[in-house]
Amino acid sequence: MTISIDPQDSNPKSLQPKGWLRYFSFSLDHKVIGIQYLVCGFLFYLIGGTLASAIRIELASPMSDFMPRDVYNQVLTLHGTIMIFLWIVPVVNGAFGNYLIPFYVGARDMAFPRLNAVAFWLIPPSGLMLVASYFVEGAAQAGWTAYPPLSITTPQSGQIIWIMSVLLLGGSSIFGGINFIATIIKLRRPGLKLMQLPMYCWAMLGTSLLVVLSTPVLAGTLILLSFDIVAHTGFFNPVLGGNVVVYQHLFWFYSHPAVYIMVLPAFGLVSEILPVHSRKPLFGYTTMVFSIMGIVVLGLVVWAHHMFTSGTPPWMRLFFTIATAFIAVPTGIKFFNWVATLWGGKISINSAMLFSCGFIINFVFGGITGVALAQVPFDIHVHDTYFVVAHFHYIVYGGTVFIIFSSIYHWFPKVTGKLMSEKLGILHFAITFIGFNLCFAPQHWLGLNGMPRRVAEYDPQFQFVNQISSLGALLMAISTIPFLVNIFLSIKNGKDSGDNPWNALTPEWLTSSPPPVENWEGEAPLVEEPYGYGKPISQEN
Amino acid sequence: MTTLDSSKEIKKNDSEASEHHEDFRMFGLITFLIADGMTFAGFFAAYLTYKAVNPLPDGAIYELELPIPTLNTILLLVSSATFHKAGKALLKKKNSDTQKWLLVTALLGITFLICQLFEYFNLPFGLTDNLFASTFYALTGFHGLHVTLGTLMILIISWQTRPKEGRITNQNMFSLEAVELYWHFVDGIWVILFIILYLL
Repeated sequence: MTISIDPQDSNPKSLQPKGWLRYFSFSLDHKVIGIQYLVCGFLFYLIGGTLASAIRIELASPMSDFMPRDVYNQVLTLHGTIMIFLWIVPVVNGAFGNYLIPFYVGARDMAFPRLNAVAFWLIPPSGLMLVASYFVEGAAQAGWTAYPPLSITTPQSGQIIWIMSVLLLGGSSIFGGINFIATIIKLRRPGLKLMQLPMYCWAMLGTSLLVVLSTPVLAGTLILLSFDIVAHTGFFNPVLGGNVVVYQHLFWFYSHPAVYIMVLPAFGLVSEILPVHSRKPLFGYTTMVFSIMGIVVLGLVVWAHHMFTSGTPPWMRLFFTIATAFIAVPTGIKFFNWVATLWGGKISINSAMLFSCGFIINFVFGGITGVALAQVPFDIHVHDTYFVVAHFHYIVYGGTVFIIFSSIYHWFPKVTGKLMSEKLGILHFAITFIGFNLCFAPQHWLGLNGMPRRVAEYDPQFQFVNQISSLGALLMAISTIPFLVNIFLSIKNGKDSGDNPWNALTPEWLTSSPPPVENWEGEAPLVEEPYGYGKPISQEN
Repeated sequence: MTTLDSSKEIKKNDSEASEHHEDFRMFGLITFLIADGMTFAGFFAAYLTYKAVNPLPDGAIYELELPIPTLNTILLLVSSATFHKAGKALLKKKNSDTQKWLLVTALLGITFLICQLFEYFNLPFGLTDNLFASTFYALTGFHGLHVTLGTLMILIISWQTRPKEGRITNQNMFSLEAVELYWHFVDGIWVILFIILYLL
């Protein structure tokens, strides 16, 4: 009994449903769990997107006429929480991580398959709980940051449900992180060295380290916050002698790394996609690895740049400004590596590639505003304005969500064995790219001119620019239609893709598409050069 | 969905099999304990910041006495040693000795919890009295929860090590080793907690 599951004794094959039903089961197959994460995340993305549309409709006019102010606060809180904890984090880590990492390390599954399934099945109930809190006594109203004293004084049942839900999602995230670290470190096939792993493995290793080190701090903080609400203790309640700034420190100790938890896996994914579609080796593999690890280390010591207006002492401002500016170095290295990968390559313009290039453009813009925001004098001017909203969305939507779409176009043939329609894909990209920039670029101007975020009403002078922004949001909402049509049409009657439609060299393409349950018919192949394009080997394919 | 963990892979080369597998279960547990330790680190950081920044309000009482927590420290340290004894005995295939040592460990854990409750009922402050009182109860309570879970797990594995039918043997001692590591971890956290809360 050294082994937890003995296939001969329990014969799990006969217990597991087959066909589409397995996506609704407590499946232990990493590929099924990956798809579960992706589809579940996308459904929540649609909910979060509907809420975002509601926000933009409200902001099309300066008065709060579309919904009451407290409903507006609930909508923006739910929008933020759903998009971060139920769409981006689970999809960019859980979905692609579960699907790809076992292939990349040459394993047949993750290190802890049951823990993996538990981690996924924590998500739907906590997500539904969060959405349902709106119908109880109103959802949480304190934003996704849940800053006290706001979170202690607003109606409490919604806030408590919010805390419970985020705690469960945090648990799911930690279980996932433990699993990824163990899989990447311990489950590599014999002969595969760490420095031969595809870049996404490194990105997931870095991300999982951040998850394991920082998510528990958020959990502890939220437990203290729930004590403040339920038991009337005074940890963060100034009336009872508490200290709100301590909450902010603890919260941002998680939530700044959370930004890297959302964007590092996207860095990994784009590093997989660019070499394949430009037929060139990934430029600067080693520098890429070191910059990922550099971001992990620096990402843990920059949190207080979110708190420059919270009475931080000068030495703290100085330290966190410098540390934040340093993060631009590894990030810049990665950016130039991607550009150098494209340079002189034989680039195929397809949907996956377009979304990846869109990512590079948006991300560099979001990165530049990020460096600007790290400077104390500038930050104090634009703190809590739409400039921050624009910066953040350039990173997580223009960055990560673009990469999620890019990855869906890239790996769809792997999962289904069918090709997606390029025409619809390019239409999807065009509407998304224009809509996104139309929506968020003007918000930089709004922020610089002093329009505060998280308020349902604003000065009438901002109306025109807000309407442009709302028009962009409308385009983004419309862009979902060609995408969904494309997915359904391609699943139903897409062209057969063959096993390796992109002639890629990374290990997941060296098996049939869709892959068998055991991932490989025989032994896992040893891929020593996952990016060996432009060399004689690639012509064999 | 047959091969769902690496068990099949491991079956292929039986020689390294159990060792390899055991190894990464332990690795997973260590990763989890690091995560768990970070929760405590967050609490400690909050407490130390409060200490540094927030003065105790006039008339508020926050005084701790040393005898009970010192006794508790000794209890936990001894229990770590007895758990270690249990593991040693199992390696020598003396299952009944293992069981005895485990029961002693569990008993020490229960005594710790009783002492902790006794301290709670005799303190001059309650949960909501002031900031430091709240932090004190949150920290010791969270640690006490860990001790409670640990004690329950020790009772379970002591049942599982019973001679003859027990499923834990010296061939299959992962659950014992896992609980032992967890117990040492809880013990270590207590020492840090003791220093920060009572001695500083």
